[in-house]
Amino acid sequence: MKFKTILILVAIALILGAISIWVGQISYSWLPPQASAESKLVDNLFSFLVTLGTFIFLGVTGTVMYSVLFHRAGRYDLSDGPHIEGNVTLEVVWTAIPFLLVLWIAVYSYQTYQEMAIRGAHMHMPEAIEPAYAKPIDKSIEPMTEIEVEAKQWAWIFRYPEQNVTSTELHLPVDRRAHLILRSPDVIHGFYIPAFRVKQDIIPQQDMDFEFTPIRQGKYRLRDSEYSGTYFAAMQADVVVESKEDYQKWLAEAARKMPSAAPNQAASEYAQREEKAATAGWATIIPVPAPMVNYHPASK
Amino acid sequence: MTQIAPEKPQTEAHSHEQPLSWRRYFSFSTDHKVIGIQYIVTAFFFFLLAGIFAMIMRGELVTPPIDLVDRTVYNALFTMHGTIMLFGWTFPVLAGLANYLVPLMIGARDMAFPRLNAVAFWMVPVFGFLFLFSFLVPGGPAQAGWWSYPPVSVQNPSGEWLNGEFLWLLALTLSGVSSIMGAVNIVTTIVRMRCPGMSWFKMPVLVWTMLAAQIIQLFGLPALTAGAVMLMCDLSFGTTFFDPAQGGDPVLFQHLFWFYSHPAVYVMILPVFGIFSEVFPVYARKPLFGYKVVAVSSFIIVALSAVVWVHHMFASDTPGWMRMLFMFSTMLISVPTGIKVFAWVATIWGGKLRLDTAMLFALGGLINFVFSGITGIMLSSVPVDIHVNNTYFVVGHFHYVIYGAIVFGIYAGIYHWFPKMTGKMYYEGLGKLHFWLTFIGTTLNFLPMHPLGLMGMPRRVASYDPEFAFWNVVASIGAFLLGMSTIPFILNVVASWIAGKKAVDNPWRAIGLEWLVSSPPDVENFEEIPIIVSEPYGYGKTEPLTENMGG
Repeated sequence: MKFKTILILVAIALILGAISIWVGQISYSWLPPQASAESKLVDNLFSFLVTLGTFIFLGVTGTVMYSVLFHRAGRYDLSDGPHIEGNVTLEVVWTAIPFLLVLWIAVYSYQTYQEMAIRGAHMHMPEAIEPAYAKPIDKSIEPMTEIEVEAKQWAWIFRYPEQNVTSTELHLPVDRRAHLILRSPDVIHGFYIPAFRVKQDIIPQQDMDFEFTPIRQGKYRLRDSEYSGTYFAAMQADVVVESKEDYQKWLAEAARKMPSAAPNQAASEYAQREEKAATAGWATIIPVPAPMVNYHPASK
Repeated sequence: MTQIAPEKPQTEAHSHEQPLSWRRYFSFSTDHKVIGIQYIVTAFFFFLLAGIFAMIMRGELVTPPIDLVDRTVYNALFTMHGTIMLFGWTFPVLAGLANYLVPLMIGARDMAFPRLNAVAFWMVPVFGFLFLFSFLVPGGPAQAGWWSYPPVSVQNPSGEWLNGEFLWLLALTLSGVSSIMGAVNIVTTIVRMRCPGMSWFKMPVLVWTMLAAQIIQLFGLPALTAGAVMLMCDLSFGTTFFDPAQGGDPVLFQHLFWFYSHPAVYVMILPVFGIFSEVFPVYARKPLFGYKVVAVSSFIIVALSAVVWVHHMFASDTPGWMRMLFMFSTMLISVPTGIKVFAWVATIWGGKLRLDTAMLFALGGLINFVFSGITGIMLSSVPVDIHVNNTYFVVGHFHYVIYGAIVFGIYAGIYHWFPKMTGKMYYEGLGKLHFWLTFIGTTLNFLPMHPLGLMGMPRRVASYDPEFAFWNVVASIGAFLLGMSTIPFILNVVASWIAGKKAVDNPWRAIGLEWLVSSPPDVENFEEIPIIVSEPYGYGKTEPLTENMGG
C-alpha cells in the first residue's frame, strides 16, 4: 500500500515536471526578441522561474481541486472530518523545501545579475576596482561607444559627443558594449528598452552610467518607465541597432545635417489642445518645445 | 481591564441603543459591532467608486490611442483609483471586520477604547470627502500616482495653493492618523481584553493575524505619514527635502514611502490569511492544520515585512549590494507564507467539504494567492524585475494579490459572518453567481496584464503601441464583467437584510465564541464573560469550547 502510494506520487511528480518544463520552454515566446546580451541571461532565469512556478502552482491547485472534487460532504452528512491537528514531519518538510528553493533562486539570480553587470550612478568608479561587476559578457565584444541621453518632459534626446551629433532616434552599433550617460533636468524618468531587458530610473541632476550590449540588428522601442506626468505615455523613441559600417555612415551623415525641429508627440498634442481652447482636461506642465537635433526620423 | 464594563453603563447602553434601529448606523455609536458595519458599508461605497474609475480607464485602454478622456483626466483616474481602493476600501473594510469580529472572538464586550474607535471611523468619511472634493478644485485631483513620487508630485501645474495634490496629502495624513488610532485600539484590545482561559494559543488565527497586521501599522505608518507631511511642506511651504535641484533627495521619499507601503500589503493580506484560516476548517469540518505554526508564522511575516521595501526600487537609484540583500529578504517571505498555504491545503485534504459561497470565495482566493505568490518570486529576482519593473506585469501581480486574494477573502468573510452581523441568511444562489462572475472577471481582467508586462507595456500609460491591443481588449472585458459582478452581491445583501430568512445562532455549525451568541449579538455581546477551556478548531472532537456557555 505504502509502496503503491509512493509510486503514484512519483508518477504525478514526473507528469507535473514534464508539463512544467514544457511551459518553461514556451515562456521564451512571451518575451520580446532577444536583442541584447543581457536579454538571453534574463530569459533563461525567467524560464527557470516559470518552470519552477508551474510545478508549484499545479501541485498546489491540483491538490485543492482533488479535494474539491472527491472530498465533498454528502448532502445529509453532518459529521465532521477526522480530527487531525498537524503533522510535524510534513511541516518541517514544507518549511525546508521552500527554504532550499529560495536559496537556489537567489544564487541563480545573483549570478545572472553579476553577469549582466548593470551599472547605476553610484557605481561610477575606476574599472580596476570593480572586478565583481565588470565581468564582460562576451570577450569578443568591442570597446564601448559613449552616448549622452537626456530625458525631459517629454522628449528623448541622444547626443554623440565625439561627433557632436544630436538625434531623437538612438542608433547603436551591433555587438559593441554601449555606455550611456543618463540625465534628466526635471523629474524622474525611466530608461527602458524591453527588447534589451534593461531599465534604469534617471534621477534628476545626476549623471547615471548605464551599460548594455545590443546583439541583434533591428528597430526597437525605448519607453519612459517611470511615471513622469501628463504626456508620460507619449515619451517613446526608436532604437536602431545596425552594423558597424551602417552606424558610422549614419553618424557621418547626421554630422553634416543642420539641426532642425524633430517631431514630438507631447508638444504637438499640447499645441492642439491649446488651439481648441475648450480644454477637456486639467492644467499640465507645458511640454518642452520640439527638440532641435541633427537627426530625426523626418529629417531624411 | 477585565472589569472595564461595570453594570450601570451597560444597562444605560441597552436602553439607549435599543431597539435595533437602522438609525444607529448613522450615529456616533461606540458599539464595536455598529462601527464595524459602518466601516464595511462606507468602504464598499468607495470600492464601487474606485471601481468606476477603473472601468473608465479600461474604457480608454480598449484602443491604443488616447481617445476617451484627456491625458490629465486619465492620470487623475489612476491616481485616485489606487488611492481610494487602498485607503477608502481595503484598509477600512478590514478595520470593519476587525472591529466586528475581534471583541466577539476573544470574549470581550467591546473594544478597549470605544470612543477612539468611533473617532477613527468618522475620519474615514472626512478624508473620503477630501479625495472627492479634489475633483472640484482648479487643476483637478492629484495626478502623480498613488506613490506620489517627487519631483512630479510637487510640480503643481495649476499654480493654485489649494490643489489636488495638497488635498491628497492632507487626506492621506488623516487616513494615517485614523489607521494609527485603529491599530492602537485593536492591539490593546487583543493584548488586554481576552476572556479568562484564552491564552495566546487558544486565540483563533484571525485574531493572531489582526494583531500582526496592526503591529505593522504601528511601526510602519509613522514613516509614510512623515513622508506625506514632508512632501506637503515641499509642495506648499517652500522646503526642499526631496527637490534635487536644491540639494534634496527624491529617492529618500521613495524609501519613506515604501518602508510603509510594502508592509501595508501585509496589513491587508494578513487579516485575509486569518479569514482563510477561519473559513476552511468550518466548511471542511476539520481542524486548522498546524494551528500553532500558522499562528506564529504571521509574526515571522511581520518581521520580514519590515526589511523588504527596497524591492520596489530595484530599477531606481539603488546600489548593487542593496538590490541583492533585499532580493534575498523578499524571497524569504515565501517560506512563512508557504507554510500557511500548505496548511490550508492540508486542512481541506480529507475533509467533508461544503461549497457554500464563503468557501468558494476562500478557495478561489487561495488559488489566486498561490498564482500571485509565484509571480511575486519572479519579481523579487532582480534581473527579471529590471525587465518587468513598472510594467503591466507588476500591475497584474498586485491585482492578483489585492483583488484575487484580498478582495476574495473579504467577500468570503462577509458571506461567512453575514448571518451573524445581520441575523439574516443570504441567498446561496445569488452568492454562487457572484462568485463565478467575480472569478471569471478577475481572470479575464488581470491575467492578460502579465503577457502585456512581459512584452514591455509600461504601467500608468493612457495610450500604448498597437502591438498591445489584443490583451488590453481582453482585460477591459474582464474589468466590465467585474463591475457587473457587484450587482448580484448588492442585490443579495440588500434583499436578504430586508427580507431574508432569519438566521440561527450558528448556521454553519462553526466552533468559535461569536457563534455561541445570538445573531445578531446583543449590545454587549456576552451576558456572562465566557471561560475558554479548549483550543480553537475542535472539529471532529466533542470537547466544549467554553466552561460556561452552551453549544
